[in-house]
Amino acid sequence: MAARDIHGPAPPWGDEFRVVGKPTRKLDGLAKATGAAIYTDDIQLPGMLHAKTLRSTQAHARIRSIDTRAARALKGVHGVITGADLPIRYGVIPWTQDENALAVDKVRFIGDPVAAVAAVDEDTANAALKLIRVEYEPLHAYFDPREAAARHDPAIHEGRKEGNVSKHVRLEFGPVDELAAAADVVLEDEYSFHGSTHAPIEPHCAVATCSADGLLTVWSATQITHYVHRALAQVLEHPPQKIRVIQPCLGGAFGGKSDPFSLEFCVAKLAMLTGRPVKMLYTREEVFYAHRGRHPMSLKYRTAAGRDGRITSVDAKILIDGGSYSSFGLVTTYYAGQLLTGPYDFPSYRFDSTRVFTNKPPCGPKRGHGSVQPRFAFEVQLDQLAEKLELDPIELRRRNFQGERTRTVNGQRITSNGFLACLDQVERASGWKSKRGQMPFGRGVGVAGSMYISGTNYPVYPNKMPQAGVQLKVDRSGLVTVFTGGNDIGQGSNSMCAMIVAEELGVPLEHVRVVAADTDLCPVDLGAYSSRVTFMVGNATIDACRKLRSQIVSAVARVWQCAPERVRLMPGVVIDLEDPARSLSTAAAFQCAEEHFDTLGSTGSYNTPTLGGDYRGGTIGASPAYSFTAHVVEASVDTETGRITVHDVWCAHDCGRALNPMLVAGQIEGSVYMGIAEALLEEHRVNRLGLHAGPSLLDYRLPTSVDTPELHALIVESLDPEGPYGAKEAGEGPLHSSIPALSNAIFDAVGIRMKHLPFTPGRVLELLGEKSEREARARGGVETGGRV
Amino acid sequence: MLRAPKFELATPTSLGEAIALLAEAGPSGMVIAGGTDLMPNLKHELFTPSLVVSLARIPELHGIRRATDGSLVIGAMSSLESIAENALVREQAPALAQAASLIAGPQLRSMGTLGGNVLLDTRCQWYNQTYFWREALGFCLKKDGSKYHVVEGGAKCVAAASNDSAPALMTLDAELGFESAAGRRSVRIEEFWLADGIFNKRHAQGEILVELTIPKTPAGHRGAYGKLRERGSIDFPLLGVAARLDVDDQGTVSRADLVVTALAARPHRVTKAGELLVGTRPGDPQGELAAEFRARLAELARLAHKQCHPLENIPGDAAWRKAMVPVYVRRTFEAAARRAGPVHHL
Repeated sequence: MAARDIHGPAPPWGDEFRVVGKPTRKLDGLAKATGAAIYTDDIQLPGMLHAKTLRSTQAHARIRSIDTRAARALKGVHGVITGADLPIRYGVIPWTQDENALAVDKVRFIGDPVAAVAAVDEDTANAALKLIRVEYEPLHAYFDPREAAARHDPAIHEGRKEGNVSKHVRLEFGPVDELAAAADVVLEDEYSFHGSTHAPIEPHCAVATCSADGLLTVWSATQITHYVHRALAQVLEHPPQKIRVIQPCLGGAFGGKSDPFSLEFCVAKLAMLTGRPVKMLYTREEVFYAHRGRHPMSLKYRTAAGRDGRITSVDAKILIDGGSYSSFGLVTTYYAGQLLTGPYDFPSYRFDSTRVFTNKPPCGPKRGHGSVQPRFAFEVQLDQLAEKLELDPIELRRRNFQGERTRTVNGQRITSNGFLACLDQVERASGWKSKRGQMPFGRGVGVAGSMYISGTNYPVYPNKMPQAGVQLKVDRSGLVTVFTGGNDIGQGSNSMCAMIVAEELGVPLEHVRVVAADTDLCPVDLGAYSSRVTFMVGNATIDACRKLRSQIVSAVARVWQCAPERVRLMPGVVIDLEDPARSLSTAAAFQCAEEHFDTLGSTGSYNTPTLGGDYRGGTIGASPAYSFTAHVVEASVDTETGRITVHDVWCAHDCGRALNPMLVAGQIEGSVYMGIAEALLEEHRVNRLGLHAGPSLLDYRLPTSVDTPELHALIVESLDPEGPYGAKEAGEGPLHSSIPALSNAIFDAVGIRMKHLPFTPGRVLELLGEKSEREARARGGVETGGRV
Repeated sequence: MLRAPKFELATPTSLGEAIALLAEAGPSGMVIAGGTDLMPNLKHELFTPSLVVSLARIPELHGIRRATDGSLVIGAMSSLESIAENALVREQAPALAQAASLIAGPQLRSMGTLGGNVLLDTRCQWYNQTYFWREALGFCLKKDGSKYHVVEGGAKCVAAASNDSAPALMTLDAELGFESAAGRRSVRIEEFWLADGIFNKRHAQGEILVELTIPKTPAGHRGAYGKLRERGSIDFPLLGVAARLDVDDQGTVSRADLVVTALAARPHRVTKAGELLVGTRPGDPQGELAAEFRARLAELARLAHKQCHPLENIPGDAAWRKAMVPVYVRRTFEAAARRAGPVHHL
């Protein structure tokens, strides 16, 4: 890591922040609220065609033939493509490229893309799809990951020596079994996590146009422009210099737009073949097939501890249902184990994670990629441990706190760590001490903690170039334009860049414009995933600003014939610290610098330090900084209906420094909403025939406003030594512990352990029934309880 | 976005004109009221009409009034929102007002109509899906196919009656007034339903539901509606329970009625409600309900539980839906006795 990558937590002008830390609206808030913002589907180009995808009606089958003649003959159809037109495979992880834009030889789930049609309008394209004849030879389909782990014939992906196992990772640190054997208490239990999906309001959409001289431009609702650029070049065998990828305003992603998707290749290919612009917008149903949502997992944990509650050994075995393709699955399989080693310290740890292929829509990264499921299991097990040891669950967590500036058992470097402050805040704000175990039967509180990464030092394709780059252009009017490859997916990263520039260069916020996520105009950034943007793009922006700042300061100092230390860039004005009578407007200072240095501009970048454990996979999950979170949930259970009502969720999140507290609170609230949603209502399920059980926003039950609890966002600022002004992530961490905290609250309320998601009323009633039977037996009585 | 198949839209301004258009179109004509049920069904290619006749501009279909005999006459195009909020409906038919208040969500209630809800198509997780999905399934008994999916080996379509208004209207003895080229016809809602998920109504092609008539309810009429669903808004019922209690000036139940829905193809009347509850005294609506009333109610709840057999026809846990029958029957009658309701989880 170069010196340029660390700027420290202090304000740039010594005394205090003028922009950073103030609740500030998003730059594009007004445009979005008024409907003026341009999303991908708003793009209309002259002569534009509309494309649709034909999808597999089979869960697993060989394609015997595809007859597109009738579709091609239909009036208004301009192009029909199949897998034969796009035979090159792709995949976000270079070692597991197993996807085709359109199926080649076989299909792997109901909804797998098979052919695409471009026509004058959507209705004609849909009519053409119905004319395509596909002959399938059905193969045995796998819907149960246990079966896929045990049986390899037929293989979902042929020619792999691991059969239907997508990835297996087993890592062991310290004497796991010895410490467990010597422990005072050992808890062993099983948990499971169901599938859920992102359900962004904007469906995937892409538009492509190809000029006569071969310049291919693709607008796509993606969260990683750079990977789409690379994948297009690879699959289309088109020179990357002749491809431009632009991400317009985006309507939500949550990890669901991180992979390259079939539609991006299809519109590009169809635009190249037809010579006309082509658009494809997925239907809501197709978004469910594109999926890449949360992996269903079956998890076994064994935790050993001393009588004092100190954890000595953790052993995990995890089976992961990956669906039909690899996607980010290699990373998921590591994350399922690697990201558990905080905020608690334990001297020994083993995990054994296996991801298998099944004939279902492919899973991938959803907010809290790979680590939300293990966190649920482990934090429920910690609550079981507290119960067994008769300890306050918050106290148990305090006793196991790993501390700041330390190293985890799997070799990850921890810098700042505000977890204790998070626990303190939720304990106080929730009234924990007067509530836990003290409310009437049926109402309870639960706690849980977690940690997450602020980006990782593992770029998905190995290279030593910067992970984030920023370029600044200065106009004589006083305007500064920021060019960043960072993708603003609604989280507000463009606003974050603008605030940093305003802080550093003393320009008013409205005099900063941000141009983002356009591969022709912006330096490379690795995109909006793994909660990396604030940390990495923020640091790169500071880097670029400081280079420019030193030019402006030295030019002004030269004119004023004073020491550069006396020149200070304040909002809209440049002043001489020792002579208050002397000042220049920011625009005049810019002009002064331009006279001296010629045209002004600068670049900035960020790269991670060398991080991670010294073993295979040791860099996966290695982050320059970790965020920490604690939740307290207050919930009640209707013991007659089994229905759970979440009343309040207090979430304290250590984001290092809240560059914009309004957006941090928004991220916390959104995360908690999403966590409680998947705990109680949402379920991405494939039925016994391999069909998605309800691929619509009617049957996939997103909570409405009336289903949403009171959310209390509590911001903890630990000031990270390497984050931009000390900032860390806030977009994913605050989801994690909401789910186990709810399970633990249900235990406090009615004494049952919810170990399997989702927490449906039927399951609550079943467990209440078992509990009252147990109690009746213990009393020697014959009462029956449970379901009425 | 899903595309709806192309159709002609007619917007007649009189009932006669609408009837003539439908008569001419025959089986390829359909009616649209609020469109909240029809539009998604068109996009799913469950129906492919060539003519759709909008009822929005026909004045005879609007309005809620009290007739000279005291009965309540409700135009079929009355929005669900207006049913939920109308003072006459709330006073004379509280179960209906409550049921309407829980249909879908606020935006849909402002578009959706009472007539549309009465005539709602039955629903099933194997049916209310896109054409692509149903094609991958191999279609079903109700539409485009011959296979049965709800229970392996089954033979009869059990798509569920999912209209919240229907059970409430049954407890209120509503009459449905239709007009068609053949003239005017009136049918008691009790006799309107068929136990067939494919088409569960005695509703002829070309007939327009004009109005609903609810006979005057006595001064001591109490009614409530209970709805089971996963979310607090939007969702169709997983179980719907309408309860009626008429209490005379002595505080004694003179009439009781219980209708449950969303379980099978038609709403189901639990006929023993009257036998069990008539003659009992619920007790003070503000205080503790009387022990005998509660005991009879528990008996009725047990009976309803025995009679109801929800299947995996609509999404949701069928075992839980069955387990909720006695709970919702009891809670809904308690709400009626207390002049409260609706029974809902929020």
